[in-house]
Amino acid sequence: MIAPIKDIVQAERARNTSFNEASARTRLALLLDGGSLVEFIGPEAREVSPHLKTFDLPEQYDDGIIVGHGRLEGAPVFVAAQEGRFMGGAFGEVHGAKLTGLLHAARRIGSIPVLILFDTGGVRLQEANAGELAIAEIMRAMIEARAAGVKVIGLIGGRSGCYGGGGLIAGCCSALAVSEPGRIAVSGPEVIETNRGVEEFDSRDRALVWRTMGGKHRRLLGAADVFADDTVQDFREAALELLELLGPVGTFGLDRLKAEHERLAERLRRFGRCEDAVDIWTAEGVAHAATVPELPADQFIALANRIGRTSRDAR
Amino acid sequence: MTLDDILASLFPGGHEIRHDDGIIAGSATLRSGGKVLVIGIANRTALGVDEAIRLSGHLLDSIDKGSGPILVLVDSDSQRMSKRDELLGLNEFLAHLAKVLIHADMRGRPTIGLLYGHSAAGALLATGLATRVLVGLPGAEPAVMDLPSMAKVTKLSMAALEEKAKSTPVFAPGLSNLEQMGAVHMTWSDAVSLAEQLEALLGDMPAVQDRRGALGKERGGRLKAADIAERVRDLALQIR
Repeated sequence: MIAPIKDIVQAERARNTSFNEASARTRLALLLDGGSLVEFIGPEAREVSPHLKTFDLPEQYDDGIIVGHGRLEGAPVFVAAQEGRFMGGAFGEVHGAKLTGLLHAARRIGSIPVLILFDTGGVRLQEANAGELAIAEIMRAMIEARAAGVKVIGLIGGRSGCYGGGGLIAGCCSALAVSEPGRIAVSGPEVIETNRGVEEFDSRDRALVWRTMGGKHRRLLGAADVFADDTVQDFREAALELLELLGPVGTFGLDRLKAEHERLAERLRRFGRCEDAVDIWTAEGVAHAATVPELPADQFIALANRIGRTSRDAR
Repeated sequence: MTLDDILASLFPGGHEIRHDDGIIAGSATLRSGGKVLVIGIANRTALGVDEAIRLSGHLLDSIDKGSGPILVLVDSDSQRMSKRDELLGLNEFLAHLAKVLIHADMRGRPTIGLLYGHSAAGALLATGLATRVLVGLPGAEPAVMDLPSMAKVTKLSMAALEEKAKSTPVFAPGLSNLEQMGAVHMTWSDAVSLAEQLEALLGDMPAVQDRRGALGKERGGRLKAADIAERVRDLALQIR
């Protein structure tokens, strides 16, 4: 069968669009089958944060997140995409509640997977208590959905990375795809430096930030199952690949948690004394580990598929 | 109250709970005869990869050997902020601990958090906020972030933040603010036996579902969260 012209055009655009630089709306438009997105409580509803006014900060009509339904190669998916350019993609009351509601629906239906395009610095401090609690509610809703058989896939490659409580939510997903600029961590570089000093972590040393928190390290460590090049098309293909890889993986439960425990405990045993990511990669058997940050995506993917760990049956 | 005071008041019949290096783990017998599995973090200890794996390990070793509730005692710092913890994937370790607690609660081991000291950010998410019912004790001091750090990130002066903190519970640290949000279900009294208050709660445990959105709405702390979540859910269910 030959794909319709509009699909070919869409794929070409997706291939030429940097995931990292695109807006959340562009990412979704090009990631999903063309024109398939149906948004829930979109900007026209003007459900803004009730708290930003207190700080004389501008609001956004979608509160920095798009949630909805779409199709991926014809199959239904729920989607959520954070806009990292609005308040650093941070979780506030409304922003978080949209994702909670989506996960509740996914749990009820059971068979429709959820894709989350993370792009977040964590809790929105101007509404810190509501944001922190929203993250706790999302984690709960996600585990409930997964226990009901829902696959939840995180895609991480945005400008704000996936920090703070966003990192914990990512840790609750069934599987992750990450690109080189996608960073996953709890404490951000500046937060560590502010609290512990520049000797502990120099936030201006960008190479240090990338190799400690960036996508390549997370892939080699097994925190992410798939590494994507920084285009929307690569993330689309990564999402499809993960949905297929998760097929044979059973439903979330106690056995999976025990397997995850063993996976993480083994990581501490093997790498707990490593001082730098390069030491971990060397211990993993990567020859010339110091050159990993410079490897082009295709070479890195080949390396990661040979050496990198996986976690989808142990998370 | 100190941890020893709290344990003595909770379990007057004695207990088998150890704490070392800030990690609390063990079990105790209720006056009704039932067993409680206990974990926690004490002495304002930061929750890093080593602490998190010990706590989840204790839970996983015991979780399928009993049927009683799980009590999570919390007096922690924030997550441990270090290069080593992030290098090793702290987000996975904290998420793992939260997942074990949530899973246990869903599978018949009701979870109760008892916040008796400080806690913040990722440490609170992985412990107290991953339980079904979070109880505060007077004097508890939860915070997402302290005001000086918040001043740095938001670029607002401390004076401005302190002024706003008086009228705006949604961002300011403190037990009563988190209670208004629906995060903390109730505050116990330190003048009455904790054993009695624990047994009263266990006798009247809310059903296994997240009620925090509804509580936040009832208490006026989060007027939009519950409604937005419900509207999205209903719209999403119509898609079929």
